[in-house]
Amino acid sequence: MERVHETGNEPGPERRGFLKCMAWAGTGVLWTLSGGVPRSMLLGSRAIAAEPAGGELAFIQISDSHIGFSAPPNTDVAATLGEAIAEAVRIKGNASLLIHTGDVSHLSRAAQFDTAEGIIQGAGLEPHYVPGEHDVLEEDGRTFFERFTKGATKGYYSFDRQGVHFVGLNNVQDFKAGGMGSLGNEQLEWLERDLRARPGSQPIVVFAHIPLWTVYRDWGWGTDDGARALSYLRRFGCVTVLNGHIHQIMQKIEGNVAFHTARSTAFPQPAPGTASSPGPIKDLPAGRLRSVLGVARVREVAGAARLAIVDTPLSA
Amino acid sequence: MQARRMALIAAMLASGAFSVARAENASVTIDNFSFNPARITVAAGSKVTWSNRDDIPHTVTDAADPKTFRSPPLDTGDAFSHVFATPGTYRYFCSLHPHMQGTVVVK
Repeated sequence: MERVHETGNEPGPERRGFLKCMAWAGTGVLWTLSGGVPRSMLLGSRAIAAEPAGGELAFIQISDSHIGFSAPPNTDVAATLGEAIAEAVRIKGNASLLIHTGDVSHLSRAAQFDTAEGIIQGAGLEPHYVPGEHDVLEEDGRTFFERFTKGATKGYYSFDRQGVHFVGLNNVQDFKAGGMGSLGNEQLEWLERDLRARPGSQPIVVFAHIPLWTVYRDWGWGTDDGARALSYLRRFGCVTVLNGHIHQIMQKIEGNVAFHTARSTAFPQPAPGTASSPGPIKDLPAGRLRSVLGVARVREVAGAARLAIVDTPLSA
Repeated sequence: MQARRMALIAAMLASGAFSVARAENASVTIDNFSFNPARITVAAGSKVTWSNRDDIPHTVTDAADPKTFRSPPLDTGDAFSHVFATPGTYRYFCSLHPHMQGTVVVK
């Protein structure tokens, strides 16, 4: 069931531009924004069906397929990736792009990359990848970059599509003890140059594996130098930051920047601090695995400068 | 022959070359995204072995630069060993999950 919510709340003057910029919706949970604070409620009468696409840019996000993982709660992650791709095909509408926010594989092995690539190609969408820390375990990531970020030898790059500027970042290498994700000075300087000449009215979509904002420091769920990246984005009117890594949906709004983390297609991880470690949730009730795995469809309505994200689980 | 070997051992004992004999092997397990125990103290020359019992791969990586030890990614059930020859305090972490940290004190 795909639903897009458009808020009926009257925004304060400082919020008006933002609310025109984007609205959030998650399957089963409806996200609204009040004073910049996202609130959730069950989908209900205030939700309206998605309008037919017309001149808008839409794309699919999947994440954390972890091909090679085989343990509770999921011993067939290729099958659930396949289901996610089938779901992507079902909901894609006029989407032409598919963004994978990393941890394509579990152990960076060529056979795992082969399997993932073969399944993802089935979507018939133009894929764009960024690495997760599980993808760069061999040869400092060279095997991943050669295959999945061709032309970007360090795993970060940008491109434009229908007026939207997409930036893929690599924050999964050169970790420091006790630290979190890391972009590094060279990549940050590149990002500043990449954005410098762009008008503030251009919609920007940034995607990277580890959240660029600090979700939970104790588990390393954040990026140490993410704030510097965000400082370059602040002057833009409509910025969407898409991440993975934490295997659950989290959303946050900060100024004109909306943050969204996607579910995994392989296994769920616990909410921050609710377990002794961020390891896979193994004791799911029978038959519930697919309700916590999923796909996101992002819709960028260029004319109305409004963007919506719909998260779809693989089953109810 | 036997006498010569005994003499050699006696000479090595006298010179302290057998200090390695006091070294012990030590084990650290990786469970639940943590090193257990997180801090161990061993004699110089001891071999420390880490075993990953998590469902998620981890590494054992020297926190110092340049790095004196660095394991390959350890999948479930994999182990990595390193002999600590020189006294000192060695901090290490998992290069995949850098909030995971441990210390080996070598006396």
